[in-house]
Amino acid sequence: MNNTWESVIGLEVHVQLSTESKIFSNAPTKFGQTQNSQASLVDLGLPGVLPVLNEKTIEMAIKFGCAINANISSKAIFARKNYFYPDLPKGYQISQLDDPIVGEGKISIEVDNEEKFIGITRAHLEEDAGKSLHDKYENLSAIDLNRAGTPLLEIVSEPDLRSAKEAVAYLKKIHSIITFLEISDGNMSQGSMRCDANVSIRKYGDKEFGNRTELKNINSFRFVEKAINYEINRQIEIIENGGSIDQETRLYDANKDETRSMRSKEHANDYRYFPDPDLIPVKISKEKIQEIQKTLPELPEQKISRFIKDYKISEYESKNLNVSKELSGFFEKVAKKISSPELAAKWILGDLMAILNKNNSEIKDSKISSKDMIDLLSRLEEGSLSGPGAKKIIELCWSSNESIDVLIKKEGFDEVKGEDELLEIITKIIRDNSKQFEQYLNGKDKLFGFFVGQVMKETKGNADPKLVNELLNKKLKQ
Amino acid sequence: MEDLSKLSLIDQINGLKSRKFSSMELTEFYLKKIDQEKALNSFISLNENALKEAKKSDEKIAKNKNSSLEGIPIAHKDIFCIKDQITTCGSKMLENFVSPYSSTVYEKLSNSGTVNLGKTNMDEFAMGSSNETSFFGNVLNPIDPERVPGGSSGGSASAVAANLCSFATGTDTGGSIRQPAAFCGITGIKPTYGRVSRWGMIAFASSLDQGGIFAKNALDAALALENIAGFDEKDSTSINTKVPSFLNEAESKDKEHIVGIPKDIIENIKDDKVKNNFYESLEILKKSGVKVKEIDLKNIQYSLPVYYVIAPAECSANLSRYDGVRFGHRCDNPKDLEDLYERSRAEGFGEEVKKRILIGTYCLSAGYYDAYYIKAQKIRNLIKQSFVNAFKEVSSIMMPTCANVSFKLNSIQNPVEMYEQDIYTIPANLAGLPAISIPSGKIKKLPLGIQFIGNYLEEGNLFNLSNKFQQNSNFHNE
Repeated sequence: MNNTWESVIGLEVHVQLSTESKIFSNAPTKFGQTQNSQASLVDLGLPGVLPVLNEKTIEMAIKFGCAINANISSKAIFARKNYFYPDLPKGYQISQLDDPIVGEGKISIEVDNEEKFIGITRAHLEEDAGKSLHDKYENLSAIDLNRAGTPLLEIVSEPDLRSAKEAVAYLKKIHSIITFLEISDGNMSQGSMRCDANVSIRKYGDKEFGNRTELKNINSFRFVEKAINYEINRQIEIIENGGSIDQETRLYDANKDETRSMRSKEHANDYRYFPDPDLIPVKISKEKIQEIQKTLPELPEQKISRFIKDYKISEYESKNLNVSKELSGFFEKVAKKISSPELAAKWILGDLMAILNKNNSEIKDSKISSKDMIDLLSRLEEGSLSGPGAKKIIELCWSSNESIDVLIKKEGFDEVKGEDELLEIITKIIRDNSKQFEQYLNGKDKLFGFFVGQVMKETKGNADPKLVNELLNKKLKQ
Repeated sequence: MEDLSKLSLIDQINGLKSRKFSSMELTEFYLKKIDQEKALNSFISLNENALKEAKKSDEKIAKNKNSSLEGIPIAHKDIFCIKDQITTCGSKMLENFVSPYSSTVYEKLSNSGTVNLGKTNMDEFAMGSSNETSFFGNVLNPIDPERVPGGSSGGSASAVAANLCSFATGTDTGGSIRQPAAFCGITGIKPTYGRVSRWGMIAFASSLDQGGIFAKNALDAALALENIAGFDEKDSTSINTKVPSFLNEAESKDKEHIVGIPKDIIENIKDDKVKNNFYESLEILKKSGVKVKEIDLKNIQYSLPVYYVIAPAECSANLSRYDGVRFGHRCDNPKDLEDLYERSRAEGFGEEVKKRILIGTYCLSAGYYDAYYIKAQKIRNLIKQSFVNAFKEVSSIMMPTCANVSFKLNSIQNPVEMYEQDIYTIPANLAGLPAISIPSGKIKKLPLGIQFIGNYLEEGNLFNLSNKFQQNSNFHNE
């Protein structure tokens, strides 16, 4: 892209924790409910109300800390971050400053087949704000406090990322960790995972960082890449034209694919953090951490190695099967029930993925169940269904409610020809195509394919290609 | 008919139980008296359902289904939220705020069968020592109507002293129960921080605020307090310990007392009459068999400056929610968001409140936080430690409640002089210790109080000591 400038990127990822109730109140956290129907007295910030910590959020944060081998603080202190905004009812957000629950750790990412470690500075718990809706009523702003008080884990990275591509890989890694841990649904379109990016550039070889800008609220993997690339190019252009970068907050506009200034450093808030006197410091014992460590589910990296070892599939396949917990779970269910796990990997990553992509669908919403897949591949393995037949059946399975067996019967794919029947067909074909047969015998080997095609045509595909080859070979050389 | 309002709480309970009079009669008696004493301005609002509540209590008494304080007419400081009633906190900001929920203190007393007569006047957001900062006007001291009742719970103190209710609730952040109790010649207790739930009690300074009781004597206060104390899961700072019968502890014959005398403080009392009263009070205690020991409370001289950093810092955040957006005062025709905030708050808050918000905001600002807030917290810990050390040798500590008797309305104009009102009361708040003020004599008809500070959760001890004093004196009946 540019050989002079190196980009330096750090990400702040906000992950909504999937608790039933909010972090400091007992209001539910469901998405998409009627406005303000999930805001309790506490969420409204009424006079006299007090926050009570939802202990589940502590456990979830510890899980994340354990997963990235980070230091877990022996006590977690909540602090008030003061600023005025209409969707922040108390006039302060309860967050963490000193003693964040998760300290330094690291995460490995892979870009262009190279592994790289990205440092995690910290991860802390905080409450989400509500939402301001400015275009709902003329001359009025509306406020929806359903989201106010939803627990967030803010994961702050070191400025270790060097390209938009690395940023995306990092974000995807975070996504897989939190979903494997089941501490968040990771749904970016619903805002369960949001990201701010700190972006600066410097000349290759420079030790000092350049002035950085903060890009706010980027809500998809695609936009992260676009927003960062846009910003890097914007900064390069300014500096190469003799300008300098203002330290400021910028908003990415996905519609226009550009970033624009929100507020400059002069207008930066002094948040006046101080420990929240309404909440006592949370003590976290070593025993508690150990206990949580024990219940930690298998993480993507562990699963990737295990799949390679246990199922004898390739590293490439194993990585692709482990992009999400749902997909790896689907594979394992199938792989355990059929004799060749490799076949399962091939079909899941091949045909099933193609169908899902075509239908803009994800594995968790797949209309082809793991049982369907097991039935299909078992038939294939026992030879009672041909490959081409299976391809057709899996397509039909997506749009039908019928079982695999019923579909096979309906489509007439269950009449796979046996050896005797095939021999009969082959004899007939040789008789009917005596000319080609003669040419073949005279050394035109290419015609072998012609005969295979004829057999497949005659059997409407209901033949095992391997067997057909074998028999043809025998017959033609007799 | 005898003056029912002059009976002690315990005598009133007995009178109601033995059907000497009904709750309706008692309530009517008080309502009439409140009407006669309107000029005191003790109440901000009266409960129009008081007689209905009394009738219900009478029905319960008739069926012998009475709770511990059944039918007793009381008053609440207008800082405690009561569902569907206006709760003003003495401020224009909340002039029309109808609370959608009730405080734990109100709930508990309501469940104990008390009749709510109304909400008492107070300094705005509990910030003041004379009740002169109330948006709803001065409260007069019933002992001398030219003088202040003290503050911030001036309305409750004046109401109890003028026999306008059986007892009253109050809150104490730096002396707001004890100083007015002393000025009005009654008994006032601030329990251990965390003993009484802060849920629904509008926050001034969360780490210092504590609910308590004004009553005619120590026994009444003990009985009233045991009805509001106890763990509340809605308040994270509430202490999860069983509440003993304070009344039993107050009357116990087994308690031995070693009263600590902080020599430096006593020697430095400026007013000789106050000093003499202290030593006279000590003599009364000695006569009842109480032992006395001199102690040294290190760093206690820094209490006032420490308090005036921490309390404003906390209040600056606690009062941010009054922004004109969801409830409370909103300015007319705001031209934009900033204007809405600025004018709503400028119009809704009084001078003293604004002053403290400014001080607090300053103390928490970048560059000042360490020098003020952190330093104050460190000294606060040292003060706490001084008390912990002292309580290794003594069972309670005795000091004057105030450096002076009640002063004339508008006579103190210098804010620092006003802040010095709390010089003897603030240390107990900083340390979170229970403290009680009881009448100990008079200077030219104006009451003086002495204060006992107890060890954590030793309210019973304080009531016992106070009761011993009151058995050997008659100041509480004068």
